[in-house]
Amino acid sequence: MTQTLIRPEVALDPPPPPPKRKKHRDPSRYFRLHLPLVLYLLFTLIPFYWMLVFAFRPAGETALVPWPITLEHFDTVWNGIGFGLFFQNSLIIALGTLVVVTVFALMGGYALARFKFRGQKVFLLALLCTQFIPGAMLLIPLFVIFKGAGLLNSLTGLIIADTAFQLPLALILMSGFVRNVPVELEEAAMVDGCSRLRAFFAVTLPQLRPALVAVGSFAFIGAWNNFLFALMFASKQDKFTLPVGLSYALGEFNTDFGALAAGGVVAAVPVVLVFAVVQRFLVQGLSAGAVKG
Amino acid sequence: MRTRAWAPYALIAPTLVLMLVFLVYPIASVGWFSLRQHTVTQPWKNGFIGLENFRRMLFEDPLFWQSLVFSAKWVFVEVGLQLVLGLVLALIVNETFVGRAMARSLVFSPWAVSGVLTTGIWILLYNPSTGIFQQLAQWGIGDPGTSVLGNPDTVFPATVVTELWRGVPFFAILLLADLQTIPNDLYEAASVDGAGRWRRFISVTLPHLRDAIVLSTLLRAVWEFNNVDLIYTLTGGGPANQTTTLPLYVARKAVDSHDFGYGSALTMAGFVILLFFSILYLRLSKFGSRA
Repeated sequence: MTQTLIRPEVALDPPPPPPKRKKHRDPSRYFRLHLPLVLYLLFTLIPFYWMLVFAFRPAGETALVPWPITLEHFDTVWNGIGFGLFFQNSLIIALGTLVVVTVFALMGGYALARFKFRGQKVFLLALLCTQFIPGAMLLIPLFVIFKGAGLLNSLTGLIIADTAFQLPLALILMSGFVRNVPVELEEAAMVDGCSRLRAFFAVTLPQLRPALVAVGSFAFIGAWNNFLFALMFASKQDKFTLPVGLSYALGEFNTDFGALAAGGVVAAVPVVLVFAVVQRFLVQGLSAGAVKG
Repeated sequence: MRTRAWAPYALIAPTLVLMLVFLVYPIASVGWFSLRQHTVTQPWKNGFIGLENFRRMLFEDPLFWQSLVFSAKWVFVEVGLQLVLGLVLALIVNETFVGRAMARSLVFSPWAVSGVLTTGIWILLYNPSTGIFQQLAQWGIGDPGTSVLGNPDTVFPATVVTELWRGVPFFAILLLADLQTIPNDLYEAASVDGAGRWRRFISVTLPHLRDAIVLSTLLRAVWEFNNVDLIYTLTGGGPANQTTTLPLYVARKAVDSHDFGYGSALTMAGFVILLFFSILYLRLSKFGSRA
């Protein structure tokens, strides 16, 4: 296969400069680069580590390296407090939001990038302005709307709310990605007799795979973590999400730190995994034009 | 390219509908609620009262002013520190070194963690009986920890550090994205001209990053102003309302006391402040000049 088949996102980072001046261990590099990095890594990782220690350490122990590890705290939160159900609720909401946001963002992003239409500028302005609207400040009217629509205590309702708040940014990101796919590819396909729709699915969509990953994971992480809406709109325990369950654990299980930490691990693992996989797409997505409007 | 005139509208329709129902209409109804007495628990008293909520807010509610002052302090300190640390972090992980991809994933990872989860982690870390200060004291470093979150002197720095943990990575990601668009030739040219590392930073990197810095700072200021979940769960606004921000005050009026009318008036005050930031952002980003 030839060079051209290499997927474009590989070229995200500028290629490492040729080792033209391979100095024999520039000592200032350690103070400039490695030392601050290590310090920052400590700041980042110690809190995570602290949580892991408490989650896996038998109650009453104080060792900083938990051994032997125990799963009793996970049993407590998963089966006893009901984190298994909260996990399932969070997963349904996050996956649902992921699908809806990605599809709608793809449609709208394509429209913004490929068409010129009346009202486009106003629409884009409106999208940008949504970045300034705090969900917390709309809680009151949203509660009234949700109550009227019978969407309180329903997972569907939370998917709709999360979608509404995440879609604008997702759409802006997606239009940046679409703009980066040369329109000529599509045009060539259409000259060859494809319909526009067919050209999109056959030519443009495969190029947008990294965009789908980035936008989808944004949506997943955002919905997985959303707290206020879930707190406000899902008051019945069987509809709790992980953040809501965790917030109750903060208040009510004040003495059982092992359970609190285990609940934290349950809530953290999916998002941190997703994030570790997609963070390079994330950087790419932001360069594609989110910050610059 | 042949296009049907209705096609773009059909494509943006779902987004438009959701925005109208869940963003535009709620804002309008906040305006309407703010002119009413509207308490869920006392429906018999509800009705139109004009500007009474605003009078009460401006002249009779010290907590409104206190939350406003704390919001300003919070945004200023938090965004300032995030900018500086985020820039340094972005510069570091933009360098080439062994294990860079791993380092990036690790130092950025707190960004993925929600406010509530961040709270859970840091409560363990700050707690006087389980926390890091207790551990350090056992090793003979510092005093045995008191509750940093319950102490009025330490609650603010403790809250700031917690949000930094989560916020610096995001700033760094934004700035890293922009750092990667700087052509390498510029640095080479500067080196040829004899510019040292610091000089290259001042003359090449900073000017290139200027727009990204200004815009992300503004955006971040708005987000930090709106931040509720972390403070809500970490301190609940306490001790003695010392860490209550304006949106947190609104949320508590709505969630705890169901006072929708007065909460809406507070919301309107928040909107006025955000409007200022939005206009500034749109002007500085030169919105529309490229379209």
